[in-house]
Amino acid sequence: MGKRMKPPFEKVVAQHGGTVLRVCRVILGIHDAEDAWSETFLAAMRAYPDLPDNANAEAWLVTIAHRKAIDVLRAGKRQPQPVGEVPEAPTGLGVPGSGDGDLWQAVGALPEKQRQAVAYHYVAGLAYAEIAEILGGTTDAARRAAADGVKNLRKNYLRATTEGTPS
Amino acid sequence: MSPEYFASPADPDTLSRLRDRLGLAAEAEGLLDVAYTTIDSPVGTLLLAATPKGLVRVAYDIEDHDRVLDTLALRISPRMLRAPRRLETAARELDEYFSGRRRIFDLSLDLSLSKGFRQLVQRHLPEIQYGQTRTYRQVAELAGNPKAVRAVGTACATNPLPVVVPCHRVLRADGALGGYVGGPDAKKALLNLEAAA
Repeated sequence: MGKRMKPPFEKVVAQHGGTVLRVCRVILGIHDAEDAWSETFLAAMRAYPDLPDNANAEAWLVTIAHRKAIDVLRAGKRQPQPVGEVPEAPTGLGVPGSGDGDLWQAVGALPEKQRQAVAYHYVAGLAYAEIAEILGGTTDAARRAAADGVKNLRKNYLRATTEGTPS
Repeated sequence: MSPEYFASPADPDTLSRLRDRLGLAAEAEGLLDVAYTTIDSPVGTLLLAATPKGLVRVAYDIEDHDRVLDTLALRISPRMLRAPRRLETAARELDEYFSGRRRIFDLSLDLSLSKGFRQLVQRHLPEIQYGQTRTYRQVAELAGNPKAVRAVGTACATNPLPVVVPCHRVLRADGALGGYVGGPDAKKALLNLEAAA
């Protein structure tokens, strides 16, 4: 075929739009996720002609989504916090309303780095080396953050569901 | 809880709403180099694509729309989205044409996919009136180069804007149909449509 072709951007959106939305939901909660998704794809479309033809489009999109999500989180932190809230706790997680609210609350309660590692590995399917590049730090640290995140989720989510169940 | 939970698909309604929103935002930011859509017609599904300059491509099903889009990405820009809004006027005028209510297209065209003599021929094709036909030789004369009969054939065969730029009105000197980018049945259908009106 000779020269490698860059597919129309529409195909990139069709192929990766769902994954990027799920990543944004895990990082930001369901409400802010949509704005982060829109800003991610708009920024990606602007930069698309310069993306190397052999680049991993999904890792590239998740990297952009990571930065956009940080912008949203920082903007949120500048707003006044309710009295008594633990400063480190992430806020503003919407609940999907599908009965999985406890899980989403558990996800929202994870430390930021664990939540990111879980999203990029388990949702986007990125390798830990790719995640290390996005988060900074070593591959091992990325692997550990994801493992700790899943461990915490399992603990907190199971506890929440057990508490809610009449015995 | 298992990590597989996160693999559940995002709902299609939300995604389609977000994609619509992306199309509008990309247009507003000047990032939408090529917008496209598809429409149903009596000669099959037509792909319509437009740059900010105007309609740049009309493609028949048999041209393979995916391949046409890949070629547009390569030749114009990969910043492309399915975004019907830019094609609204073209879609409406084509609909009017196919229902016999329109004889002349009044659309901004982007002829940048054709160069040189081919583009010159394509610029002259709209001079052939609705319901009339010309031979390849007559079109060569129209384009100011009576000997370039074969080149006119190539210009018609590579017309990036069939139907709108009426290469279907060009026939062989012996009255035979000649080739057509949309296939002989489509050419016949357009000539019959125009003859009936």
